Amino acid sequence: MLHIVNKSATERSSLESCLRMATKGSAVLLIEDAVCAATSGNAAAAKIQAAAADLKIYALGPDLAARGMAGRVLDGVNVVDYGGFVDLVAEHSNCQSWL
Amino acid sequence: MSDMDEMDEGSGIVKKFMFLNRKAPHGTVYALEGLEVVLITAAFDQDVSMVFTDDGVYQLMKGIDTKGIEVKDFSKTYRALEGYDIEKLYVDQASMDARGLTEDDLIVDVTVLPVDEMANLMAEQDVVISF
Amino acid sequence: MPMVNIAGKEVEVDEEGYLVDLSQWNEDVAKYMAVEEKVEMTESHWEVVNFLREYYAEYQIAPAVRVLTKAIGKKLGPEKGNNKYLYELFPYGPAKQACKIAGLPKPTGCI
Repeated sequence: MLHIVNKSATERSSLESCLRMATKGSAVLLIEDAVCAATSGNAAAAKIQAAAADLKIYALGPDLAARGMAGRVLDGVNVVDYGGFVDLVAEHSNCQSWL
Repeated sequence: MSDMDEMDEGSGIVKKFMFLNRKAPHGTVYALEGLEVVLITAAFDQDVSMVFTDDGVYQLMKGIDTKGIEVKDFSKTYRALEGYDIEKLYVDQASMDARGLTEDDLIVDVTVLPVDEMANLMAEQDVVISF
Repeated sequence: MPMVNIAGKEVEVDEEGYLVDLSQWNEDVAKYMAVEEKVEMTESHWEVVNFLREYYAEYQIAPAVRVLTKAIGKKLGPEKGNNKYLYELFPYGPAKQACKIAGLPKPTGCI
């Protein structure tokens, strides 16, 4: 399954709920304000890095750039563009958006 | 640009206004709306403070590039605030720490306040407007 | 939104005649807008229009009149940085007219 999170982890509990429910081998794509969680120094960084052991973590590049975060992405997080976003949706049989 | 600037200074009563910004830019419209309200308010010659706490500190990040998401990069507009005589910009220390940010990461000069000083600043306002 | 043909190019404007897409601006567009506003463009007019464009490029907003006046005074001298000078150039308001000619969006706070 592909999980998509678009809310900031330092404002809402969406990311936490997602990581609690995501099963091993699932993909998690961070978009919009959620991308900040995948940057160094963020309070959610440790959670992301721990989750990356069992899950594939992605972040949308244009959203990182729009928040001045292009150079601060955590190791183990894969940056994708809009084409990559489409590929992720196509590759997975189902998808859950944590609105 | 506002032609209403031609109006007189009004009654001359000056109140302390705090604009409290707590949201990241772009994901919601709060940050941009808050900034526009501040720019309009500047015409009324009030004692304005702008405060950035929680995800609001992300609004002031240097190096923002919004071409990829096709929205306006209003981070540059924070640098115009000085020309509007809005010079009191405050940032919450704990919010910066929780996001791995330092003053050097920000696009404008700010005063970083510890939580107790920020709390006092908020308590002494006549009006707090939250975005 | 309405389209107008300016020097053989289709240009989109909003219901008040402001340019919709800043990147479509050129001197022909400025001249067209000036005619619409009944402003005869002189070097002094162009100076203000170009100043506004530079201001917008740097800050992504059209400045309030008060801010524009101060900023022009700083850059071009006090004899230009005052309301009288700017209103002589743009009688219906530097906010409304100069911004429109400069191709900027409707100014923030223009009620």
